[in-house]
Amino acid sequence: MLDYARWKYALVSIVLLVSLLFAAPNFFGEDPALQVARKDRAAIDAAGQTAIETFLREQKVDFSRSYLDKGRLMVRFAGVAQQLQARDAVNEGLTTNYVSALARASRAPEFFRSIGLRAMPLGLDLRGGLHLLYQVDVNGAVTQLLDSYEQDFRRALTSQKLPFNDVSSFASEGKVVDSLRITLPPGADADTVRAALLKVAIDLTYTVSGDAQAPVIIASMSAIQLRQRQDDAIQQNIVTLRNRVNELGVSEPIVQRQGVDRVVVQLPGVQNSAEVKDILGKVATLEFRLTDTQNNALEAAQRGRAPLGSKLYFHRDNQRPTLLKREVIATGDQLVGATSGASQDGPQVSVRLDARAGDEMLRVTRANIGKPMAVVFIEKRREITEVDGQKVERDVTTQEVISEATIRGVFGNQFQITGLTQSESRELALLMRSGQLAAPLFIVEERAIGPSLGQASIEMGVNALLIGMVGVFVFMIIYYKVFGVVASVVLLANVVLLTALLSMMGAALSLPGIAGILLTVGMAVDANVLIYERIREELRNGVSPQASIRAGFEKALSAIADSNVTTFIAGLVLWVFGTGAIRGFAVVLTLGIATSMFTSVMGSRALITLIYGGSKRPARLHI
Amino acid sequence: MEFFSKASNFPFMATRKLWYGLSIALMVVSFASFFARGLNLAIDFTGGVSIEASFPGTANLDAIRTGLEHAGYTEPSVQNFGSSREVAVRLPPDPNHSGAEIRATVEAVMKQIDPGATIERLDVVGPQVGDELRNSAIWALSITLVLVFLYIALRFHTWRLSLGAILAVLHDPILVLGVFSLTATPFDLAVVAAILAVVGYSLNDTIIVFDRIRERFEANRRLAPAVALDQSINQTLSRTIMTKLVTLIVVVALLFLGGPVLRGFSEALLIGILAGTYSSIYISASIALDCGLKAEHVFPVVTDRKATDSLP
Repeated sequence: MLDYARWKYALVSIVLLVSLLFAAPNFFGEDPALQVARKDRAAIDAAGQTAIETFLREQKVDFSRSYLDKGRLMVRFAGVAQQLQARDAVNEGLTTNYVSALARASRAPEFFRSIGLRAMPLGLDLRGGLHLLYQVDVNGAVTQLLDSYEQDFRRALTSQKLPFNDVSSFASEGKVVDSLRITLPPGADADTVRAALLKVAIDLTYTVSGDAQAPVIIASMSAIQLRQRQDDAIQQNIVTLRNRVNELGVSEPIVQRQGVDRVVVQLPGVQNSAEVKDILGKVATLEFRLTDTQNNALEAAQRGRAPLGSKLYFHRDNQRPTLLKREVIATGDQLVGATSGASQDGPQVSVRLDARAGDEMLRVTRANIGKPMAVVFIEKRREITEVDGQKVERDVTTQEVISEATIRGVFGNQFQITGLTQSESRELALLMRSGQLAAPLFIVEERAIGPSLGQASIEMGVNALLIGMVGVFVFMIIYYKVFGVVASVVLLANVVLLTALLSMMGAALSLPGIAGILLTVGMAVDANVLIYERIREELRNGVSPQASIRAGFEKALSAIADSNVTTFIAGLVLWVFGTGAIRGFAVVLTLGIATSMFTSVMGSRALITLIYGGSKRPARLHI
Repeated sequence: MEFFSKASNFPFMATRKLWYGLSIALMVVSFASFFARGLNLAIDFTGGVSIEASFPGTANLDAIRTGLEHAGYTEPSVQNFGSSREVAVRLPPDPNHSGAEIRATVEAVMKQIDPGATIERLDVVGPQVGDELRNSAIWALSITLVLVFLYIALRFHTWRLSLGAILAVLHDPILVLGVFSLTATPFDLAVVAAILAVVGYSLNDTIIVFDRIRERFEANRRLAPAVALDQSINQTLSRTIMTKLVTLIVVVALLFLGGPVLRGFSEALLIGILAGTYSSIYISASIALDCGLKAEHVFPVVTDRKATDSLP
């Protein structure tokens, strides 16, 4: 007698029911929507919701309904026209407190959202948007750290009245600058200096070299410290990029690390890349330095070399040379806040520093009233130039003085920067607010996909999926009759299971992902074919129908398992090595193998046993 | 309906020299084309700029080409894409301009020809990304092959089957590369994914045959290897063809309905699946036979020493 254990029926039914529930939100489609968030990133409450709704009604914008989602308000519309109208209204009327972004909201009933079930988000290729791949210059981050050590060393040695000639950074091995060289005057006590430096930076490794005439101390970072610093830089860059993306007010942005030193930024719905890239990738920071009034800047510019203890800079507007002291009073990463505004002197940025920088600023301004102080704007970018026909990439750092003004009074952690244009002051404030990039970023890949192309792609993908599946079903039913019907049901269940798994993982659906689902359908047939051919073989050998079914399932199992393992290996390798859409394909392929094993082996056995099992003992099988 | 209502009995082993010859000829042509003509690598690998634009009416490709040349781009590739109103433009890497600047330039050129032209897609890939992708594609393929070799050697206890499987499987991507280079079809990242999927599928067929070989030897250890292999291939033939037909249905659906983005991907799958079916029927088992495959390789003779020792 052919039967199948009760618990297996139960397992199949439960898995299928749960999958249906998880997959369901995908089948309702999406409405155009507007996502509204508070500028200060605080959550919008019910009162805020009412305020925005009232505002939209006053502006005569038709919306179907609105709801709060993770502290943001989603407003849904019947069509794209109303969506755009609402965005314009919010951008004009509510711009002081809110940012808005075009989004899409699932049409699935409230019930699904309330229990945390969501549809798969669409990949950029299906909804349009901007994809940016950034390369993080991790070595730039190391240089930054060494620069700050250099300043700390100078400050410590000067304050303790220990004489020194120079502190400079260099690469001890390879290309990465990882060490500082401190040269001392003849007869200096290297050990005392070393002890003083050790207090400043305890984690560096110090070696004393050179003779008594010219003692040299080398302070270097260990390999582990280097790696740690590089890793930190990427992590911090990701945080900063997230902050900047949030300032842009894009709905459902993705900021992810990719590989060792890359960061992917995906901005659905964004079309204009110029502004976005400018804000995201800008490595702009500030330094506050005292002007060196003892030496002649023009002379230094002519010689192309600054006197000891000073650095040569040029003004941004008129390229006038200026000598500034090497010591930095405060840098951009000590900023607490920055807001742009207007004053009688033109546009300004109000800056607040942290306590340490505030103390330093207080100390310096107190001692230097009446002397000039400069604000240096530092920007990094990568340029490609041709040298002897070879394209050479190099990092270019622009350091310009954006304002130089006399210290009129003593101030601490709060002050204003003037001398910028209005757009410069706005951008500078935004960049300061959203945090500093720990290392320079460079775009290595940029892809912009228009929304109508996305719409066309999704239609084609879904069409191919439906027609391909119907083709498979028709073929299977003609070839295997009742067993073909079972196979079709099982294949459909497989798609539901796969959709459920992908929705649970929150994986974005891309066009290659749809191709993967369709291929899974094609390949999931394989397990059924193996079983059915085996059953036919047994029947041909004169075995009874029920025994043939049992033997077919049992004998086919090892072939099914072995053959799927190899495709699984290929899928996993693609998963690990692939990026973007390729990974999407690999995820679907790999999960599809797992789900198809389950549905084809357990699901189809359950169904076939229901039809042919029990004590009925069919005389023949419709296969 | 059944294609093979009676078990087929094709003499695959006896005719294997013929199939070897055919495969070697195909490989030689593929290699020759690959090395002589190379691949039409997409910007995924070479770096550069790729733009898709749509026009309200039929696009004037020559005008676009001339316009782009006037804008300073040497050798712009301008082709129809999908329909006569869609245009795909490819430009060499332009590191001195950002994506937005390139977009503005190209948009201006197209709008001059037809004000209704819109840019649907713009990809800019830096040259260093291309190099890395090429390397990681080669790594991915090598690692897959090594893992599969080990898996088969472990599962079937003999390197002879592993070698047969790997050679038969290498055959398929080489053929895909050959066809892509002969037809100058754009070779992008999706094609690499398709090739790896093909490797998986082709192995899948090979393993089904191997699984049957093990079963044949299990049933009768004294079966001549050539006979066992012939039987195994013939007995699994209906399954091989059936599965491949169904997979081809979906691949053809993707090819004709999936749109231009998936064209290369579907083409690679189509060629690869056909090649994979052929190689797993005609090549993989034959190589194992020529490596001297015998029943005891699949079932190593284990002398049960404990049982012998405990005899009185």
